[in-house]
Amino acid sequence: MTQQTIPFADLVVIGAGPAGMAAATEAAKAGLSVTLLDEAPAPGGQIYRGIETAGPRRLQILGPDYAEGRSLADSFRASGATYLAGALVWNIGTDRVIDYSHQGVSHQLRAGAIIAATGALERPMPIPGWTLPGVTTVGALQILLKGSGVVAEDAVLVGSGPLLWLLAAQMVDAGCPPRAVVENLPRGRTRAALPHLLRALRARSYLAKGLALMRKVKAAGVPIHRHASGLAVEGADAARALVFAVGGRTQRIETTSIALHQGVVPNQQVTRLMLADHRWDAGQHCFRPVLDAHGQTSVPGLYVAGDGAGIGGARAAALQGRLVALSITGGDPARIVRLRAALARDAAIRPFLEALYAPAPEVLAPADDTIICRCEEVTAGTIRATVDLGAPGPNQVKSMLRTGMGPCQGRVCGLAVAGIIAARKGEDPQVTDYYRIRPPLKPIPLAELAGFAPGIAAE
Amino acid sequence: MTAALHSGRSADLLVVGGGIHGCSAALHAALRGMSVIVLEKDSVGRHASGVNAGGVRRLGRHYAEVPISQHSMQIWYGIADFLDDDCGFQIAPQIKVAETEAELASLAARAADLRAMGFDHEVMLDQAELRRLLPAVADHALGGLAALRDGFAQPYRTTFAFQRKAAALGVRFHEGCPATAVRRDAGWIVTTPQGDFRAPRLLNAAGAWGGRLAGMLGEPAPVEAIAPMMLVTNRLPHFCDAVVGATGRPLSFKQMPNGTVVIGGGRRGRADAASNLSEILFPELRLTAQTAAELFPVMRGAQIIRSWSGVEARMPDDIPVIGASARHEGLFHAFGFSAHGFQMGPGVGEIMAGLIATGGTNAPLAPFSIARFAA
Amino acid sequence: MPRRIDPEGATLSFTFEGRRIEARAGDSVAAALTAAGIRDLRDSAVSGQPRGIFCMMGACFDCLVEIDGQPNRQACMIPVTEGLTVRRQRGAAEVHP
Repeated sequence: MTQQTIPFADLVVIGAGPAGMAAATEAAKAGLSVTLLDEAPAPGGQIYRGIETAGPRRLQILGPDYAEGRSLADSFRASGATYLAGALVWNIGTDRVIDYSHQGVSHQLRAGAIIAATGALERPMPIPGWTLPGVTTVGALQILLKGSGVVAEDAVLVGSGPLLWLLAAQMVDAGCPPRAVVENLPRGRTRAALPHLLRALRARSYLAKGLALMRKVKAAGVPIHRHASGLAVEGADAARALVFAVGGRTQRIETTSIALHQGVVPNQQVTRLMLADHRWDAGQHCFRPVLDAHGQTSVPGLYVAGDGAGIGGARAAALQGRLVALSITGGDPARIVRLRAALARDAAIRPFLEALYAPAPEVLAPADDTIICRCEEVTAGTIRATVDLGAPGPNQVKSMLRTGMGPCQGRVCGLAVAGIIAARKGEDPQVTDYYRIRPPLKPIPLAELAGFAPGIAAE
Repeated sequence: MTAALHSGRSADLLVVGGGIHGCSAALHAALRGMSVIVLEKDSVGRHASGVNAGGVRRLGRHYAEVPISQHSMQIWYGIADFLDDDCGFQIAPQIKVAETEAELASLAARAADLRAMGFDHEVMLDQAELRRLLPAVADHALGGLAALRDGFAQPYRTTFAFQRKAAALGVRFHEGCPATAVRRDAGWIVTTPQGDFRAPRLLNAAGAWGGRLAGMLGEPAPVEAIAPMMLVTNRLPHFCDAVVGATGRPLSFKQMPNGTVVIGGGRRGRADAASNLSEILFPELRLTAQTAAELFPVMRGAQIIRSWSGVEARMPDDIPVIGASARHEGLFHAFGFSAHGFQMGPGVGEIMAGLIATGGTNAPLAPFSIARFAA
Repeated sequence: MPRRIDPEGATLSFTFEGRRIEARAGDSVAAALTAAGIRDLRDSAVSGQPRGIFCMMGACFDCLVEIDGQPNRQACMIPVTEGLTVRRQRGAAEVHP
């Protein structure tokens, strides 16, 4: 292993969503050698997925917020940053040497600094039957729409959060409204959110947009069921129906497509792999990496921008990407002040949204026979029984039950497993902590590792 | 000596280290009627005991270890009844594959040595026997050496089961409780952030941190922290019933009952005992992947789901320190198992408990004395 | 049955379990299968229960299929190319040396 042969970049950005594109663009413009590694075939991340190829019909349905991504992508393309599409980062060493897979071959790249711009994942929403074919996340249906212009005809959208209403409205515009929207928030959430309304008015465009989305869905005649509980999917080999209760009355909606959503949470895989410190955010009900004023984690040289730092949305992600890049390059202080002010304005909506859309208690306390770890099919009851046996935390439960040991590496179940353990032990999730994340970040072929020739970069 | 004589911070025996050796010794001591406190700086089974490859292997051991390993194996055969948990233990052949004639000859010489010592658990396999036991092995494999009734278990689950059984018998576990100082004053006093703990007898089962503890007691032992690396594949159709090693290069290979294949065997990552951390070095681990694919061509289509390592103790002569202190009465050591201590845990715990309780043992511990490192 | 909103686009074709599937340029394998009304992509390696797409963004590994003889491919991450042979993945996928 001759380290001299490993190629070097001043800055490596992981992820080509708004934060990653903005950061790479700023840093390249400042003269740094920048490489952006992204797993997808084209830039945009999930929020601006398909942004370079969406035709007029799709742009019209997805709306002006989506279309904003086009200029970000154009600037990024023109920035001079090296862009490796289809590059899967699967390990990062403490020496900031990145192992990544590109076109079936693994390579190494040494980074002066790393910005993890790996975005968000949808919060796990384990309900009975959620592993059946036909049950997806709401994000998955939106990706089908953005990436391929495919819309389900009889989808039932279940759960809560801004994305759920956004997709419902987009489906209305696409001429394929959802069969129903089933919201699982308990009563009293609007009142709980009211104290944050005044501050939210600083970002009132979000409020106006949110209300407009709901009006559009209602006006289209989509049945809206609020305060639903007891959610379950029926079906033997595939989803057949959603059952739920509202006000003590059980209802059943037949459908072949059920989409779940309970908000989004930071994707912690990279920052956990690198052993950065994380803190439990009680407002967002998730862990987020501890960052200094420059967006740097507790691991020197590792920065985070975008939703991976805490959920802020696409516009905030791009602002953060610029800010972190300017911190690294020593950019114009006046500009940094302006960007910070813009970020603060944008963030004014968050406390309101967090109070309104906090995960439903039912989602945080799934019934014993509900599968939590989809890969290994481990139920909530089994996890609780192992805690009762004395297993102190997620890593011991993982060793005992294989939760989080499947190919998804705990991306889907991690927060749910940690939450169930914390609740069972009656302790703060900060104490319970989270899975240790082991490389590779995603599975790689054994033959590819066997042929791993360190130091040879992709051309 | 009844528990009633002791407050929560004193006992007949203090064990430093909540790995399989500490937990096993604590359990066996409790079975002998002693009151025991285990002090663990992290959580039980956090390091080598919880993250090793899980081989329950007599095959290929240092000759000095063979009698102890044999003794431990008898406990393994009854582990489910002993601990009320099957620990994922399964009897399976352990096989060392020979890839060259020279390797085959070295294995045959070893088998002959063991027979001369009176042990017949390691047997030679010719090419046909090897293929019968390992249908998926590569064509170039010439034969091997096997211990047909060895096996494997789930390491964390086993250590946790020892802890639970010990706790059920009254052993008190203090986790997150590092020993920061040790002194003697009519017995041992171990200082921790949770206060002082006292006992007339002290067992150092502190693994990679055992050398530091021994050093505090004026009895230094040169422990090196190492990080053996392992990787595990996706679930594959069943193709292998044995735990397989190579003879001329590092490899340990087994397919678990769930279909995943665990591959390890000695390639080392970066270990840092001071920070409790270890790091995988893929340019090294790729050699393990290469060896696995060469010995089992079927593995070329497998996917690596995860890799891991943990901090483990290694002694310069690759055998552990087991026995009474050469310097202090009431002090005992069982550490430095050099990446092959898991199988010995049940047996060494029993031997140590006997030694601590009675002052003597029939087990041949002389080769493992800490005195071998005395200046 | 899902619907496509775009007017005509360039089409490609591949097979799933021997059945011919039409895709649009830019589709992932999972998107094209979804558009064709196919929900069931594999059996779980644990229980044998059927699974289909879930996250569509490469995180959940539920859409694993066999593509051109290679098992464990994420259908949502692989763009369709003309003539792919895609099969359902059954349990612990067979390994092909």
